[in-house]
Amino acid sequence: MAARLQVNPIACSGHGVCAELLPELISLDEWGYPLIDSRPVPPGLSRSAKRAVTDCPALALRLAADESGGTRA
Amino acid sequence: MGGITSSTALWYASRATGVVSLVLLTGVLVLGIMVNRQGRLPGLPRFAVVGLHRNLSLLAVAFVAVHVLTAVADSYVSISIAAAVIPFVSAYKPLWLGLGAVSADLMAAVIVTSLLRRFIGRRVWRGVHWLAYASWPVAILHSIGSSGDLRGGPFLVLVIVCIAAVAAALVWRLAAARRRPGLPVPAGPARRRAQQTMARAGGR
Amino acid sequence: MIAAPVRTGIPRLLPSDGRSHAALDTHLTSFGPVPYLDQPGRLIQVVRDAGLTGRGGAAFPVHRKLEAVAAARTGRPVAVANAAEGEPASRKDATLLLTAPHLVLDGLQLTAEAVGATRAVLYIRDDLRASTRLEIHVSERFARGLDRIAVEVVSAPIQFLAGQETALASAVSGAAALPRFTPPRVFERGVDRRPTLVQNVETLAHVALIARYGSAWFRGAGLPDEPGTMLCTLHNASGPVMVAEAAIGTPLASLLDISQATAVLAGGYHGTWIPAAQASAMALSNASLRPADASAGAGVLAALPANRCGLVETARVARYLAAESAGQCGPCRNGLPSIAAGLAELAGLTGRRPRSSVAADVSRWSRLVEGRGACHHPDGTVRLVRSALRVFADEVRQHQQGRCSAPLGRPFLPTGAEPVTTGPVTTGPVARTGTVTTTGRR
Repeated sequence: MAARLQVNPIACSGHGVCAELLPELISLDEWGYPLIDSRPVPPGLSRSAKRAVTDCPALALRLAADESGGTRA
Repeated sequence: MGGITSSTALWYASRATGVVSLVLLTGVLVLGIMVNRQGRLPGLPRFAVVGLHRNLSLLAVAFVAVHVLTAVADSYVSISIAAAVIPFVSAYKPLWLGLGAVSADLMAAVIVTSLLRRFIGRRVWRGVHWLAYASWPVAILHSIGSSGDLRGGPFLVLVIVCIAAVAAALVWRLAAARRRPGLPVPAGPARRRAQQTMARAGGR
Repeated sequence: MIAAPVRTGIPRLLPSDGRSHAALDTHLTSFGPVPYLDQPGRLIQVVRDAGLTGRGGAAFPVHRKLEAVAAARTGRPVAVANAAEGEPASRKDATLLLTAPHLVLDGLQLTAEAVGATRAVLYIRDDLRASTRLEIHVSERFARGLDRIAVEVVSAPIQFLAGQETALASAVSGAAALPRFTPPRVFERGVDRRPTLVQNVETLAHVALIARYGSAWFRGAGLPDEPGTMLCTLHNASGPVMVAEAAIGTPLASLLDISQATAVLAGGYHGTWIPAAQASAMALSNASLRPADASAGAGVLAALPANRCGLVETARVARYLAAESAGQCGPCRNGLPSIAAGLAELAGLTGRRPRSSVAADVSRWSRLVEGRGACHHPDGTVRLVRSALRVFADEVRQHQQGRCSAPLGRPFLPTGAEPVTTGPVTTGPVARTGTVTTTGRR
């Protein structure tokens, strides 16, 4: 099952905890907001990814199981 | 109280764990304010501030549980288990213990929703989490009213330090919101008008 | 000189007699009552056969939206007519509601019936609410038994994003008109978390005519792949802003005076600049505009006069778009003002020569904001900015040396702070098909 990281940009307030926990897939832009690698999460990083999702103070990060990912209006 | 009896030991244990709980809850609240405003503790990464906030809160739960159970088990005064969660039904000092029950109930709501937050959604979790701001002052009142410990001496100093710490954190929170424009500020009509005024004034 | 106007047939939405058909009796004389189809699925079928796409800018097939809302299982549907018209350069919805509001309201009833809606809403720009007298029209129709569902009129704030579908759903639900993160889309959970059908008012007017005259009639104008007519708002160098109804596929040169222009803006403020030479060979259709990375959008077309600087105009628009950010998503809230400031510097609006790094900074910020908002506001803004840097590349070089090829004048493109000109509404052959009438400041 392909799981991808997605951020809700409205909920995200740039805490940056995700980038600390998962630097392999998440980095921060010059304003402190996450730049997320949208490819499927490799199995070895799955635990870190789940922890990043759990630890986000704004609950803005999620792991989407579907292939298509989220679409914006 | 005269003589060292098991009852006395339980009563002392309750008081001691009560004090520790208060200190821990103060720490949790201060850390929570810091997480919300993205403050840093020197030398600690951001995820550690988040983790410390969470771990201290679980530790506080443990101490509050011992505090409540020793108070109930102690036979010197009559406190039923029901009085621990239902406010104001205690035979002994119903008001002050009732406040303790209120604080504990609020704390339980915050803790349970936080443990389950991935399932209940962001808005519900956030809404309930705000109750923490109510739980702490109620705990302070409960502490001051339930026993004379905190009304003098070093324990009074401790209470004052706790209150000062939270007050300082709140002041910092309000000041940080103004200083750091990147932090979310609700985009309402006033903000929009201000932006447009700035935009028009910025050039031809 | 304008090229010889192309005959496109009878204007359909805008009245051909040049008078307003806002009076209900006038409308009933011309069109009769609402032609309810009473058979489930019948409207969706005829709309599908007609090939009608949305006229709010996205050109999404209307029948698919109707099917999605009709099939949703998350509550009883709500049908909303979108008259927010947040784009300052667009006047077509205002004109339509002033001259042919009953076609719009017919379409609202028909689409509400098609999706099984139990609630119908007209979401209209606050400053148009009084001037179009929509509440009076709506009460009169319901009192005379024309409308099966009473239409609620809801004010939309005068903001660029007010018509965005999740912002609309939020506003009609009673909250602020701010976009929401999707999923779920509004066809599943929109107003009050119910399935919501959102259609631009022009789209609904087309539906009202298709229901009467059929899909073959609708396809009698326009192109096989993009049938029908569309309303467009035309900004020329001289003369007032005009609203025209044109068949899709009409050459741009018939609509705009491109001979006096250096570039054409197609698709509004989330659209694309096209060099004049390229635009004069293009037509009003997505297929024709695609090679320029442009689309017809909601029909806003502007011919940049030779005595205006495209960089300056784009910088002003970018500043407006940055101020119109909902401010909910970090990249947009931070990135758009940075882009706007960079463009202002490039355009010479800061009073000093732009630094050599500014163009590269603007490109970097554009890449950073694209796709990272909850809605398409950053994407649309980046599209406009990139096309400006591409089409006005010579201008950029001149500005970097402290020169500007066009003397600065009054703003050409409106950004909401300028007064709206007044004039009568007229219709006729496509080239001069209508003039806008709205009074007062926007």
